[in-house]
Amino acid sequence: MNPDNPKMGFFETIANIDRRVIFLFIGFAVIIPVLLSFSCTEEATPIVQAVYDEIESLPEGSKVLISFDYGPSTVPEVQPMIDALLRHSCEKNLKMYMMALWGTGHNLISESMQDIIEKEFPHKIYGVDYVNLGYKAGNQGLINVILTDMKKMYTTDARGSEIDAVPMMVDIRNLKSFDLILSMGGGFPGIKEWVLFGGDPGNIPVAGGATAVSAPLLYPYYPRQLLGLLGGIKGAAEYESALIKGYPKFKTHSHPAIDMMGPQTVAHIVIVFFIVIGNITFFIGRKREEGEKREGGVIK
Amino acid sequence: MRRQIPVVITFIVGSVLIISVFIPHKPFGQLGENFSVYFDIIAVFAFILGAGNLLRVHGNRIYKKHKDWPYSVVTVAGFTVMMIAGLFKIGGSPGITGDLTEPGSMFEDLYMYVFTPLMATMFALLAFYVASASHRAFRAKNKEATVLLLAAFVILLGRTPFGVELTSWLPDPLSFLEIPNLASWIMSVPNMAGQRAIMVGIALGVIAMALRVILGVERTYLGADSE
Repeated sequence: MNPDNPKMGFFETIANIDRRVIFLFIGFAVIIPVLLSFSCTEEATPIVQAVYDEIESLPEGSKVLISFDYGPSTVPEVQPMIDALLRHSCEKNLKMYMMALWGTGHNLISESMQDIIEKEFPHKIYGVDYVNLGYKAGNQGLINVILTDMKKMYTTDARGSEIDAVPMMVDIRNLKSFDLILSMGGGFPGIKEWVLFGGDPGNIPVAGGATAVSAPLLYPYYPRQLLGLLGGIKGAAEYESALIKGYPKFKTHSHPAIDMMGPQTVAHIVIVFFIVIGNITFFIGRKREEGEKREGGVIK
Repeated sequence: MRRQIPVVITFIVGSVLIISVFIPHKPFGQLGENFSVYFDIIAVFAFILGAGNLLRVHGNRIYKKHKDWPYSVVTVAGFTVMMIAGLFKIGGSPGITGDLTEPGSMFEDLYMYVFTPLMATMFALLAFYVASASHRAFRAKNKEATVLLLAAFVILLGRTPFGVELTSWLPDPLSFLEIPNLASWIMSVPNMAGQRAIMVGIALGVIAMALRVILGVERTYLGADSE
């Protein structure tokens, strides 16, 4: 603190606040709502509702291709979307074909199958209601090939079974055999590549879920090329809310995105608070500098 | 020859792929499809090159005891352990078609209990840095910065239920001023317009660059001895 001008010293201290203090505030902003189980309900926005409505409108037995295009770093944001979409697809009796354009997505398919389908819908049969096609290299090149011939790239499923021995793969020829493509992730390769190399050339509806950071980059494709998008935790929470509204039985199931909205809300408020503080101190500092310059000019 | 053959291959493949989009019939359609398959095969071999390169670079750093060489030991050890666990399907179904992700397999356990928490921790740290950077960088220094600051404010609040509560008292004729509606407008209009402009610009740049590569004008992809 400046002893000659204690008031400005205070503002200087605030302006140059140690970043560890900010870290501490953010830490508490996340931990306290988690400990108090503070959560918030969400209303689905049109961009999220469009995905829900599309799945809701698909007749029983429709084929949905779900691409796990993400890794563990974005699991907290993307996994709640996947869980909600899988629950919805299972409830609607859709056929789920799971694959990954990311090597890290391969394990996440298995985990999602175990945690959601096998645990919550034990009557679903592997190979009849859902299949794990696993990871294949090639990025957009892979999409380009399966657009015309799926079995050229997928000769077995992830468990090593011959692809034609998997009942639900028998009538799959290429991407055009699917009624909907869901790409989850938002990085490269991801939703953009599915739109450009799969959805557009094959005239197949594409929707997806992306991290909050990547979602703004995908808006140019909405709504004509990308029928809907779940953006970040908020998008996932909106989808979970829409699912609970449509199927109240899911209220008793886990809804991690709705639970995470509480900490996210408080963290956002803390960030806004620090931005406001930063600007107040900036303006005071600027005014002070201008005053000093003016005084200097008068003296000269 | 070392320069001419890659240039000729690039010219043929590039031209056929462009033609196959506009004339998706025999022979171009079939050739375009085959080239995509070749690309996927080459992409698999790229993993071998990548792995070799990783081992060479980090092996060299360990051997010469470069700065922070212990990190290279961790990298090489992590890579080797994961590769052995995956290749030999330790704890899982044996055989070339055995599922890597089978519960109980070493690869799955390493992925679940080591890789996933490490990656999630790294990503979670971003929240702290974003908060600190926002405090220091988001300053209304001029008109452009003020617009950016206001947009950030609206988006930050609009992405939370707090933003809904803050302006829910507004009468219906003024509902467009509600923070979530403003956030939605920012995302769907200025953001989309800006993103589209950037995308069109990038696409034009990509076309120009692709033509330079196909026609052999741009040869930097051939390496240092391309000239």
